[in-house]
Amino acid sequence: MKSVRNHLSLVVALLSILFSMQLFFIVERSIDAYKVKLSQNYSVIAVSKEELSSDAFSKINKIISQAQEIAPDSVIKKLSSDMKSTNIELLKLTLPKFYKLSLKHYPSPDEIKKLKSDLLAHNAITKVEDFAHTHDTIYKLLLLFKNVVTLFSSVVLVVTLLLIFKELRIWQYKHNERMSIMGLFGAALWLRSAVLFRLAIVDALIASFVSFGVFAYLSSYPWVLEQFRNIGIEVVVFNPVDDSLMILGVSVMISIILASLIVLGHKEEA
Amino acid sequence: MDKVIIAQDLSLAYSNNETIINKASFSINSGDFVFITGASGSGKSTLLKSLYGALKPKQGSLVVGGVELKAISRSKLNFLRRHMGIVFQDYKLVKEWTIEKNIMLPLLINGYLKNVAQDQVEKLLKHVRLNHQIGKYPLELSGGEQQRVAMARALAHNPILIMADEPTGNLDEYSSQLIWNLLEGANNQLKTTVIVVTHNIPKNLNVDYKHFHIEYGNIHEIS
Repeated sequence: MKSVRNHLSLVVALLSILFSMQLFFIVERSIDAYKVKLSQNYSVIAVSKEELSSDAFSKINKIISQAQEIAPDSVIKKLSSDMKSTNIELLKLTLPKFYKLSLKHYPSPDEIKKLKSDLLAHNAITKVEDFAHTHDTIYKLLLLFKNVVTLFSSVVLVVTLLLIFKELRIWQYKHNERMSIMGLFGAALWLRSAVLFRLAIVDALIASFVSFGVFAYLSSYPWVLEQFRNIGIEVVVFNPVDDSLMILGVSVMISIILASLIVLGHKEEA
Repeated sequence: MDKVIIAQDLSLAYSNNETIINKASFSINSGDFVFITGASGSGKSTLLKSLYGALKPKQGSLVVGGVELKAISRSKLNFLRRHMGIVFQDYKLVKEWTIEKNIMLPLLINGYLKNVAQDQVEKLLKHVRLNHQIGKYPLELSGGEQQRVAMARALAHNPILIMADEPTGNLDEYSSQLIWNLLEGANNQLKTTVIVVTHNIPKNLNVDYKHFHIEYGNIHEIS
C-alpha cells in the first residue's frame, strides 16, 4: 500500500501530461486529415481569355496542383435555343475559357488572397471566383477548434507541472533524509541517487504502459472510429511505433529531469 | 602508536561565525577509547561533526586517518567515512527501510556481497538482541531499540573508528548497558578507536579511556 502510494502521485501527473499530449496529436491529425478532405472538395474558378495549361497555372502560383477546363456546353445550351448552328460555333470560339483550379493543400485566407491577386495579375485571366466567404468560415472553425484544444492541453500541462513541482518538494524532503544518511556512511552520489532514479524510471514506465493500453484500446474502439467516419476522415488514433516511442521518451525525460532536480537540490546535512 | 586524529590549533564555527571551539590541539591514537564531555552547548557534538567531515575547520588543521579535513574533496570524504561507524543522538535511521536494510547500509556501500551482508546483519541483530524484530521498520521500535539498530549499523563493517554522539542519552538501563558493552567489545576485541560524546561517563566500564572536557571553547585532557 505504502509502495503504491509512493508511485501513484508521479504516475497520475505523468498520465495527465501524456494523455493531453496524445489528445493534442489526435486533434492535429484530425485537422490535417480534414484539411486534405476539404482541399479535395475546394477549388477556385478562373476565367481566361486564352487557353492555359496546368503548368502555366502552376507557374502563376505554386499552390495550384491542377487546372481543368470546364466545358462551355452547359452555358451554350442555355443560350442556343434561338441561335443558328453557325452562330453557336462562333459563340464557342468567342466564349472565354473557364478553369477549375485544384490546390495542393487547403489554403489559408492569406494564401487565397495571394492566389487571387497572382491570377488576376496575369494578362489572360479576367475573373477569379475563390468562394472566399464559405472557405473563411470553415477555415476559422478549424482554427478555433485547434486553438481550443491547444489552450486546453497547455492548461493541463501547466497545472500538471505545478503538481509535479509540489510533488518534487515532497520527494526532496523524503529523499534528502535518506540521501544525507547514506552520505554520512560514505555512499557515492550515484548510489545515493540510485533509489530516486529507479523510482522515477519505474513511474515513467508505468505511466507509459498505461497510456499505451488506453490509446491502443481507443484506436480500435468502434465509437471513436465512427466519430471520424461521420466527418468523412480516417485518423490514426495511436501509432504503435511512433506514438509509443514519443510517450515513452517524454515520460522518461520528465521523470529523469525531476530526479535530477532533486539530486541537484540536495543539501548535505551538517 | 599510530595517531588516528591530530588537531592543531583547531577552530570551529558555524555560518554565523561564532567560534565554538577555539584553537584546540589534541590527538587520539589508534585503539583509544575517548570520552568527550562538557556542558550543553559547549561544542561536543560540533567537534564530533568536524571529525566525520560534516563541519569544516574554520582555522587550524584537523587530520583524520591521515587525511586533512580542511580541504578534503567529496570523494575522499566518502572514502574516509566508509571506514567510520557513526551513532547519532537522533539515530538517523532510514524510516522507509526495514531494520535489516538499515544495518546493511554500510556493508552495501563498502561493496560486501548481499549474502555475506545478510549473514553479518543476522549476527549483529543477535548481538543487539533484536533478532525477534526482523522485518520491522524503525518507527515500529522503541527509542532504545532504534539506538541499538543504529549501534549495529555503526559496527556492521568493522570500522577503524566509531563515533557516538550521546548514544545512551534517553535510553533505559538495559539498552544503555547493551550499548556500552558493544562499544567496549569493539574496542577490546577489534582494537577499534571509539570516541563517545556524553554527559556522564559510565562507572562500570572495563576499558582504559581518555577523557577530553570542553569548556568555553577550549578542550582539556583530564587524566
